[in-house]
Amino acid sequence: MSQKSSFDPLSMKTAKNDHGIPFKLEYDPHKKSGGWWVPVLSILLALILCAIFIMLNGMNPITVYTKMLVGAFGSSFGLSETIVKAIPLLLCGLGVAVAYKIAVWNIGAEGQFIFGAIGATAVTIFLPNIPGALYIPLMMLAGIAGGAIWGLFTAIPRTHFQVNELITSLMLNYVALLLLDYLVYGPWRDPQGFNFPGTPEFTPYQMLANIGGTRLHFGLIFAIAAVVILAFFLAKTRWGYELRLLGANPTAAQNAGIKINKHILIVMMISGGLAGIAGAIEVSGVAGRLMYGISPGYGYTAIIVAWLAKLNPWAMIFTSLFIGGLIVGGYSVQTIGLPSSFSSMLQGAILFCLIAGEMLSRYRLKRVK
Amino acid sequence: MDMVTLILVAAITGGTSLLFAVLGGILNEKAGVINLGTEGIMLIGAVISAIVFLQTQNLIITFIIMLFGTGVLGLIHAFLCITLRANQIVSGLAVTLFGTGLSAYIGKSVAGAPIPVSIPKVDLSFLNSIPVLNAFANLDIFIWMSMMLSIILYFYMYKTSWGLHLKAVGDNPSTSDAMGVSVIAFRYFHVVIGSMLMGSAGFYLIMAYSPNWIEGMTSGRGWIAIALIIFARWNPIYALFGAYFFGGLDSLGFRMQIYDLNIPSYFLKMIPYISTIVVLMFIGWKNRSKPSIEPKSLGNPYFREQRF
Repeated sequence: MSQKSSFDPLSMKTAKNDHGIPFKLEYDPHKKSGGWWVPVLSILLALILCAIFIMLNGMNPITVYTKMLVGAFGSSFGLSETIVKAIPLLLCGLGVAVAYKIAVWNIGAEGQFIFGAIGATAVTIFLPNIPGALYIPLMMLAGIAGGAIWGLFTAIPRTHFQVNELITSLMLNYVALLLLDYLVYGPWRDPQGFNFPGTPEFTPYQMLANIGGTRLHFGLIFAIAAVVILAFFLAKTRWGYELRLLGANPTAAQNAGIKINKHILIVMMISGGLAGIAGAIEVSGVAGRLMYGISPGYGYTAIIVAWLAKLNPWAMIFTSLFIGGLIVGGYSVQTIGLPSSFSSMLQGAILFCLIAGEMLSRYRLKRVK
Repeated sequence: MDMVTLILVAAITGGTSLLFAVLGGILNEKAGVINLGTEGIMLIGAVISAIVFLQTQNLIITFIIMLFGTGVLGLIHAFLCITLRANQIVSGLAVTLFGTGLSAYIGKSVAGAPIPVSIPKVDLSFLNSIPVLNAFANLDIFIWMSMMLSIILYFYMYKTSWGLHLKAVGDNPSTSDAMGVSVIAFRYFHVVIGSMLMGSAGFYLIMAYSPNWIEGMTSGRGWIAIALIIFARWNPIYALFGAYFFGGLDSLGFRMQIYDLNIPSYFLKMIPYISTIVVLMFIGWKNRSKPSIEPKSLGNPYFREQRF
């Protein structure tokens, strides 16, 4: 091992440059990663990559993609379904993005979402006789509280026991999922439900109103409000400034007297609370009850929503719509025999291409003299 | 067989797939690369094994193709983290998300199909009369391979010059570069080999532990394996005991259902997940004033141009 091996696929080839190529790629650590075109190009590249897998399945990728596009955005029904999916994705995505801003890797949005759904449902189960108008506010608060508590279970081991939050948050996803199964198969199961694993259906007072006869519901307002509030707090307050400082240089921030542990606790409560209200909205706006499999993996998909938007709250409106469309489009290609897991594979591929694209855009093409 | 033997056998068979994954993770992290793709790589390893075995009925071909497939996935992670210097955590999450989706996609055709496999067993019947040790009398060949692997890796990491280079690459890459060790090549090599070991974890899971493909069948084992790396303090021998401990917990929930303790099975299934958190909290509390022993440049990309 004394001599140097020349195994450095990118930089060695370019740094030496004895191939007569007049350009070289140079990494520029100060260059900011590229603009909006990086996510767009990554999505295109991911679509091309996944086309290979479609062809392996013996189908025409163009047919499949057209069908997905039409299914997701081509009709008012498809569009409303896409928005219905985008609402929880947007809220969960905002949640994880806040945490990622200070490198707190919360991947427990799934569990926090489920806990929010459980919290909201608990209101309907334990308070059956309160005035109807109180239900929705109480359920939303209970959802936020449920998610925030579940978020704290991730934050406290990190701040007080140095436990990596990635592992804790993911383990808690499984715990939340099992607790949900216990409740809907056990004590909370609808006695008149013919063994359906779900609670009794909510009364109209416990449901969010629909918009214009579609499945679209007023949770949309909550989601947009969350974007506005969060964007404001991140950009205009001392708290947002401290988060940015912690994200950019944790050591400098701590030397400046910013308490990182306090911020981790706050951020995880916000992160959990946002996922929690997403869960509350899902049970009261879409499902109308707490049931088995209430989340088709929104918490994990939200990670992609957040990264596609580069953790920017405003951009997340578009990325959540796009990924929501991908999920709905994924359902519509099931009719021509493609497994529904196709869209989750596509999401993973998009994330891959996005990371690669982000980093590649920091290289500069330089003319060699 | 008596009670102790039963528990021991359950712990070993339950822990072997974890052990492969932990060893793979240790190799990754010792080289300074966090690989959070464990769960996804295990799933890909499992689904490739299922598909190839159902086609060929040949254990060796299956194993080789599985190593190739998961090695490619590891290579992607390595390329993103080492060459492109991407955030290792996000890249690992991408591997897991992509692996979960891809395995479900390509595994659709074999979902639920039982895999008619019989792994050769190592017959040590002379142990049968010895208490406790009789647990080792009839274990399959991959269990013995994984045990030997942890011992080999222990010697590799602590007793060979390559192992010392590996430690240097993970702790202080610019110094090892100055010593003439190629940091990039070392990291690539260990990430790919480590990913293949994670794939072997999936292979063992589907070939020996529960022989039919179900979407997401690893159910968090990859993440438990990542926790076990910390539990094992990056030491392959400790990893052996850690994996069997958690393998035992995994099968404990299953066994307790038989004794009808009046605890809903959902709570028993939570045992491995909750105990992972509790164990990590205990380790964190115990080592609260000690310096961290994780590889010092874990998670940091290496910039050759900026070394000084």
